[in-house]
Amino acid sequence: MKSEFKVIANLLPNNTRVLDVGCGDGSLMSLLRKDKNIEVRGLELNQNNVQQCIHKGLPVIQGNAETELHQFPNQSFDYVILSQTLQAFYDPNKVMRELLRIGKSVIVSIPNFGFWKVRINLLFFGKMPVTKTLPNTWYNTPNLHMCTIKDLFNYCEDKRIKIKRVIGINNDKTSLINNNNLEIKNFFSEIGIFLIG
Amino acid sequence: MPSLAGLFFWMNIKLENIRKLEVSKPLKLDCGKTINNFPLAYETYGKLNSDKNNAILVFHALTGDQYVTGTNPITNKEGWWVTAVGPGKAIDTNKYFVICANVIGGCMGSLGPRNINPETNQPYGLNFPVITIRDMVRAQETLLENLGIKKLLCATGGSMGGMQLLQFCSTFPDKTFSAIPIACSASHSAQNIALNELARQSIMADPVWDNGKYFLKNVQPKNGLAVARMVGHISYLSEKGMQEKFGRKLQEKADYEFSFNADFQVESYLRHQGYAFVERFDANSILYITRAMDYFDLSKQFKGGLVEAFKNQRTKFLVISFSSDWLYTTKDNKDIVIALNASGADVSYSEITTDKGHDSFLLDEPDFLKTLKGFIDSMYEKFKNEK
Repeated sequence: MKSEFKVIANLLPNNTRVLDVGCGDGSLMSLLRKDKNIEVRGLELNQNNVQQCIHKGLPVIQGNAETELHQFPNQSFDYVILSQTLQAFYDPNKVMRELLRIGKSVIVSIPNFGFWKVRINLLFFGKMPVTKTLPNTWYNTPNLHMCTIKDLFNYCEDKRIKIKRVIGINNDKTSLINNNNLEIKNFFSEIGIFLIG
Repeated sequence: MPSLAGLFFWMNIKLENIRKLEVSKPLKLDCGKTINNFPLAYETYGKLNSDKNNAILVFHALTGDQYVTGTNPITNKEGWWVTAVGPGKAIDTNKYFVICANVIGGCMGSLGPRNINPETNQPYGLNFPVITIRDMVRAQETLLENLGIKKLLCATGGSMGGMQLLQFCSTFPDKTFSAIPIACSASHSAQNIALNELARQSIMADPVWDNGKYFLKNVQPKNGLAVARMVGHISYLSEKGMQEKFGRKLQEKADYEFSFNADFQVESYLRHQGYAFVERFDANSILYITRAMDYFDLSKQFKGGLVEAFKNQRTKFLVISFSSDWLYTTKDNKDIVIALNASGADVSYSEITTDKGHDSFLLDEPDFLKTLKGFIDSMYEKFKNEK
């Protein structure tokens, strides 16, 4: 299982209500329901993934998070999760506002564009980076708005969104990120996970 | 009930062979009238297990009937949902007990306009009370009671069957563990009503219809009813599906005939469908059932709108729509999902990508059938464990 999912699961208390936006085949939802008795809901665009969720008995709505989050009432979930898709939206700012409207808290994870391997690709090779978390090339990547952990950190401060916890992942090792170690963690973390709202 | 054999001789329907429940409990209809001691025709498939937790209720659509699968004993044709229901199918009758009842207002054994009105000793015709989707559903609930089923594993239906299902869940919130409304709507749109009106007007324009009294002469307004059916068939296909199926292909001829015969395959198809239909369906039933569909507006029954209709739902929903369905669109189905979501209900939704239009739910659409099966099987596991 993805170490990112373990980190997200650890952030969530038992018996809560969680919406997983872009839930894929429901792996995270299954884990949360089984281990933490969490009442899960998913939103997923891909029909195959939706089918797999339904086969697992997981409630999932087929739809596009960019345009269809409006259907969820205000503060109707304890937590809303968005795993590594924020950068793929046309309007990430709008999506972020929607997530914060729907969830009492929001967990957002991003592939960190500030990760050292990414920087080296661009700095020394003059090429758009292709890494484990950014597997596509420039012309077929779904990612429209790449950002770094530092960018998202600053975004939350600018928008006065409360940052409750930030965790960096590098090679399955996790570490807490705060104002003091932001520069170094932004360099060494491949994925950033933000608990906000 | 007086015997109906021979009354509609052209249909060749042996109504005595139909399995029926005689409902003695009076049913107060939405129009204000009350019916009692009326027949409700139904069929079942598979076996009810000892825990009585494997029952699935299927609601049929406008021109459907209780013969979901196998061979329809009246028409000798395949059941209308043989693609989805049967041994080893998505709704597996080796595993589940499937129930389907003919709607009241219909013509396959349940009380309808061609039944004998005890007050006049003649068929009701237009003296039959105008019925609603809620009336249909309330009648069918008595059947569950009669079969000793406290809670269904699942209830499902497409098109008007989906409307009945939404009404059923709203009126009887604790009667089914799960529900699959398919290609339906929580209220009939102007376009839906317009198409139904077209069907009704074509029946009424047939002089044989004679204000619904054609039964006195033992005839049926075939031409009007056939046109009504043709309207329906156009609305069940998508533009693309129709183009692919027929295009401008000619019907068994090399060139135009320069006449008004069915030159095009699509014309021939519509005529065939239209005139085949009159052999099995009663024209007045079409009037009554389409009226019930037009009156259907679930939110109207609740001041707070559709969200209120689904308040306190514990039923687990799976809403399914088809991308090329223009009769009950993806948007119509999504509105149901939005309302269910807003009411806090447990709801899943899938839009099946297909060119086959509204008809898709009756066809062999692998993604659709897989989704159906996955949901029902997973619900069965949950329902068993809940008890």
